[in-house]
Amino acid sequence: MAELEVETEGRNFTINFGPQHPAAHGVLRLVVELDGEVVERVDPHIGLLHRGTEKLIEYKTYLQAMPYFDRLDYVAPMNQEHAFCLAIEKLTGVEVPRRAQFIRVLYCEIGRLLSHLLNVTTQAMDVGALTPPLWGFEEREKLMVFYERASGSRMHAAYFRPGGVHQDLPPELLEDIGEFCETFPKVLDDIEGLLTDNRIFKQRNADIGVVSQQDALEWGFSGVMVRGSGMAWDLRRAQPYEVYSELDFDIAVGKHGDCYDRYLVRMAEMRESVKIMRQCLDKMPKGPVMETGGKVAPPKRAEMKQSMEALIHHFKLYTEGFHVPEGEVYCAVEAPKGEFGVYLVSDGTNKPYRCKIKAPGYMHLQAMDFLNKGHMLADIAAIIGSLDVVFGEIDR
Amino acid sequence: MPTPNRSSKSSPFLRDDSQCRFETLIDICGVDYPGRARRFDVVYHLLSMRENRRLRIKVKVEEGGTVPSVVDVYPAANWNEREAFDMFGILFSGHPDLRRILTDYGFEGHPLRKDFPLSGHVQCRYDEEQRRVVYEPVSLTQEFRNFDNLSPWEGAKYVLEQDAEGEGQ
Repeated sequence: MAELEVETEGRNFTINFGPQHPAAHGVLRLVVELDGEVVERVDPHIGLLHRGTEKLIEYKTYLQAMPYFDRLDYVAPMNQEHAFCLAIEKLTGVEVPRRAQFIRVLYCEIGRLLSHLLNVTTQAMDVGALTPPLWGFEEREKLMVFYERASGSRMHAAYFRPGGVHQDLPPELLEDIGEFCETFPKVLDDIEGLLTDNRIFKQRNADIGVVSQQDALEWGFSGVMVRGSGMAWDLRRAQPYEVYSELDFDIAVGKHGDCYDRYLVRMAEMRESVKIMRQCLDKMPKGPVMETGGKVAPPKRAEMKQSMEALIHHFKLYTEGFHVPEGEVYCAVEAPKGEFGVYLVSDGTNKPYRCKIKAPGYMHLQAMDFLNKGHMLADIAAIIGSLDVVFGEIDR
Repeated sequence: MPTPNRSSKSSPFLRDDSQCRFETLIDICGVDYPGRARRFDVVYHLLSMRENRRLRIKVKVEEGGTVPSVVDVYPAANWNEREAFDMFGILFSGHPDLRRILTDYGFEGHPLRKDFPLSGHVQCRYDEEQRRVVYEPVSLTQEFRNFDNLSPWEGAKYVLEQDAEGEGQ
């Protein structure tokens, strides 16, 4: 599991956890200082998956930069695209049609399910349960098929575009999603039946990695990490974007801020997501799914067969790309892992001048030392699991 | 936009004042403007969950200049400042542990500066003979192509390489 590195005086030793470790949920190297089996200090070494996304984005047009966002938090790709699209739309002043807004919300909630299913079940695996991931991954597979039927790709969708979404959804797909919303709560019941009252699961998670409200603020936490500590803070409610303000859903909060409460919050959030998805399906209007003003969206295929201007416009959009007015904006969405933000600086050309990606996991992983101090070595796995880290977004 | 010298020590005013309550640090990042005398912007994003308000603060700093660290006010600033140091070479005075964070061990340069090439300076591979990973200068089999699509209608203003050669003959 871990390799013994240095033995210092007494019983203190330093071990390397990772860079390849099944419980690290990616490429994370932790330098752990132990007193016997008690953790004294944790120093996370990150950046092993650093791909220079922010630098690459500066060399691409806005549309070309879009797919990089799928590759950040790759368990819930569309939520990331969403933040980037919102930032561009805010700078260009493009209006998103209502149908596209509903589709976006629908797929964001699918992304939330994808992420929480992965996290809850693999965290259970980290503390010894094998069945939950098998059941959870079966559902994830169905959700990824929904991704594929909308965008043609199971993970790296590039489906949200500035001004709307790339393609309209066929009615059969909406029916199938509706059907999924009927059957999925049963699966949640099953997973909860395995875990919620499970003695081992409770012993491994309750009172582990406790975050008080003050800690959550000091360490810049967001998402489940603050809700697990009892603060009802959710950007979908506090600073609503798209059509979230019209939808009816509850914000799940925990009491103790430990790993167990965060698990409970995630389970409750999945049920709320299903509720939101059902409302989206019911309320989704007919109409265009892409901005029609021609500012950022390409013209229709049929139009291009008829009109020279449309053809030129299409060519210009895919070579030069659209220009974004000079300015800067910070746009954040409630991604499954917390507040995912994009700080975009535009100099008025077709490429972003600077694009800073604020990843929620970065802040959460930073608190590893504080969270693990005084816990046992085995609790490290439980705590990493409940932080919900994905290295695509942390290392960028 | 304050200069870093005016506030040499970070103050908890924005966090503790009852009118502000910006208790959550969202992000710290650098922006590079090579043409300016004070080259870098350090941009702070703060959030007040109580008041539901966001705040953006920018500090200008010259190359090699220092900005006071805010780690003692916001512990969450630690990694963000390390990242700004790693990516831009901005120094934060009073930071407890200003190491590189995202780049490789032993990396040189600051990749997000505008004058740092996209392809970087070194590449690494596993050497079969030496049986270890070796670092060597970047060699591109094809010249790095940075398409200038800004306005394909008016034509480029610079002289193309082959045109310049043609004139010499």
